[in-house]
Amino acid sequence: MNQLPTNHAFPTHNAIGELIRHLFPGGAVYINGFLTIASLLLLVSILPVFLIWLERKVAAHFQARLGPMRVGYHGLLQSTADGLKLIFKEVLKPEGADTFVFFLAPTLPATATFLVMTILPFDRHLQVADPAGGVVYALGVSSLSILGILLAGWASNNKYSLLGAMRSGAQMISFEISLALIMLLIVMLTGTASLREIVLSQNGTILDWWIFKLPFLGLIAFVMYMISSTAELNRAPFDISEAESELTGGFATEYSGISFAMFFFAEFVNMFVSAGLATTFFLGGFLAPQIGIGAIDAAFNFIPGFIWFFLKTFLVIFLYMWFRWTFPRVRVDQLMYLEWKMLLPANLVLLMSSGFFLAMGWIL
Amino acid sequence: MTAPIRCREDETFVLNLGPQHPATHGVLRVKLTMDGEYVVKAEPVLGYIHRMHEKMAEDRTFAQFMPNTARMDYLHALAYNHGYVLTVERAAGIEVPERAEYIRVITVELNRLTSHLLWWAAFLLDLGGFSPLLYAFDDREQILDLLERVTGSRLTYCYFRFGGVYNDIDDDFITGTRNFIKRLRSRLPRLYHDLVTKNIILIKRLKDIGFVSKEQCRKYGATGPLLRGSGVQFDIRKNEPYSVYPEFDFDIPVYDEGDCMARYMVRMDEIEQSMRIIEQALDKLPDGPVRAKVPKILKPAAGDYYAAVEAARGSFGCRLVCNGDKSPYRLKLRSPTFSNLSLFGEVAEGMLLADALAFMGSLDLVIPEIDR
Repeated sequence: MNQLPTNHAFPTHNAIGELIRHLFPGGAVYINGFLTIASLLLLVSILPVFLIWLERKVAAHFQARLGPMRVGYHGLLQSTADGLKLIFKEVLKPEGADTFVFFLAPTLPATATFLVMTILPFDRHLQVADPAGGVVYALGVSSLSILGILLAGWASNNKYSLLGAMRSGAQMISFEISLALIMLLIVMLTGTASLREIVLSQNGTILDWWIFKLPFLGLIAFVMYMISSTAELNRAPFDISEAESELTGGFATEYSGISFAMFFFAEFVNMFVSAGLATTFFLGGFLAPQIGIGAIDAAFNFIPGFIWFFLKTFLVIFLYMWFRWTFPRVRVDQLMYLEWKMLLPANLVLLMSSGFFLAMGWIL
Repeated sequence: MTAPIRCREDETFVLNLGPQHPATHGVLRVKLTMDGEYVVKAEPVLGYIHRMHEKMAEDRTFAQFMPNTARMDYLHALAYNHGYVLTVERAAGIEVPERAEYIRVITVELNRLTSHLLWWAAFLLDLGGFSPLLYAFDDREQILDLLERVTGSRLTYCYFRFGGVYNDIDDDFITGTRNFIKRLRSRLPRLYHDLVTKNIILIKRLKDIGFVSKEQCRKYGATGPLLRGSGVQFDIRKNEPYSVYPEFDFDIPVYDEGDCMARYMVRMDEIEQSMRIIEQALDKLPDGPVRAKVPKILKPAAGDYYAAVEAARGSFGCRLVCNGDKSPYRLKLRSPTFSNLSLFGEVAEGMLLADALAFMGSLDLVIPEIDR
């Protein structure tokens, strides 16, 4: 199944990679590297367009309407059109804004999401890099987006932006702790921090996925991951940082044109990354779901791993969208209460009890 | 809200909320002095949509002023029609046929439903829930279609005439209204209460937030759901009955808590009561003319006349001073949300910004009505 050394630096040993290695033995390192980055860039630019369309469609159907229908088949090209419009719009800078920081800020969340994308295991051999400390890397790099939001709020010279950025900073730093503790739980269970290894540790039937392991604790951990990552993504019901009815546009109030588009796109890629991590940690990543019936298992195995990865990720994304279009927004102090007085203690208890379960060998 | 408020004079900043802001539903401007997320002082600034309706009345005939009434509270325009028409009828001594009175009650209550549904939608939008907006608009749309059939317009109605209404209602309207009530009755518990009212986040956001005492209501002259949410049973329809309201059996919902949740529940219960009134009115609807014979140009005798009606937001009063001419000598309109908004500054002090906006939403402000 897995003949390659597990600590291989570039797990891109798929058909295309091998072909290039065969054709250009000398330059393969550079060509393969270029191809991976190029394809990742392509993915990063197409994903938000699709996700925005999906969000609008999901929202529309939750609200008993159709959503975009005019541009392309069922409005598929609507967000492309919107993106093009944003690119051609004039970029305005408010008077008194800090020019350098104001234009630097939108690039940071986009960069952060791109960097996390590099370690997502899309398939067995479809991953740009698989560092041994992948979990730590993901946590560290994703914090860059907080910086972008804080800088945006600070540099905009607008009180609404500042309030939004401060809320967002407090929120994301708080929920990062919960998120880190849940990732720590997974690292503790699998004994590795490499994302590829974490996926491979769930090899077997569907019951080997971490969500179903450790009687109920896995499920609780998944629910807590969903709550903290929703907050981390600044999505409703925890979207206090851009709370439209309170702060007009939050940290993005003063942004227009392409710099707004950068924030907006990063938000959606971030959602994909977060859902992808949930898939990796809890839902068996690129592994096909095996239910123990020979014929069906074989059929599922026939479907390539990256399709399974995308299917599971979009399932999680659908959950995020479901939250967003169902709940009203929580208040800023309620959100902090939720994190510091409920989620964090619950996380610690979960971590301890999982450790106990692990020591007793009750992994199931 | 548990945190104590420490405001230091030198650490506050002024946040200009509006006149263009998503939560002010129009062109209200609130000057907020903030200490971080806490409101230290809130000062509503009015006048951005002042159109001098009262002055306009002075150089128009009585009938010519009718369309103006719908442009004040555009969400419950028929109640404003009704208030003005009642005053002029009182002044000119016009008798209204009974069928017309019933039609007035039916349409006013239907319009009250649209107003409450829209308030519900916008309030949830203030609280960050988007989907309920569409559900409420779906129901509101049905009423607008019904009202469009008989009144000819969908928002700014000018349907009432001195001595009756413009147009008789037909069987389609009656069956349509009955069907709509059946539909709303089935949707209310499922879409409105199960999904929203019982939602834990909504309860946490509204319970014990924005407390308004009876004394404060009296001090500022607050009326409507705001007053009834603070435990005072006052509704013009019951306390100073007009039109044919005494003939119907309906309750005035009163909640004692005085918080945002109480005001929310008052309005949700009023939806049910309005449906009861409409059903009874449709059952009892008499035959006959819908409009009395009234001269084209009215010249009421000199004097001072007053009539008040219960609009969706509170009591709307209309004081008319006539000097025997074909237009009013002076017309003074008392709009409910002007008084209700006056409370805002006092109550919002010390609140979190999010709570202050939830409180503002629970007041159900319609700015053109405040400014007139």
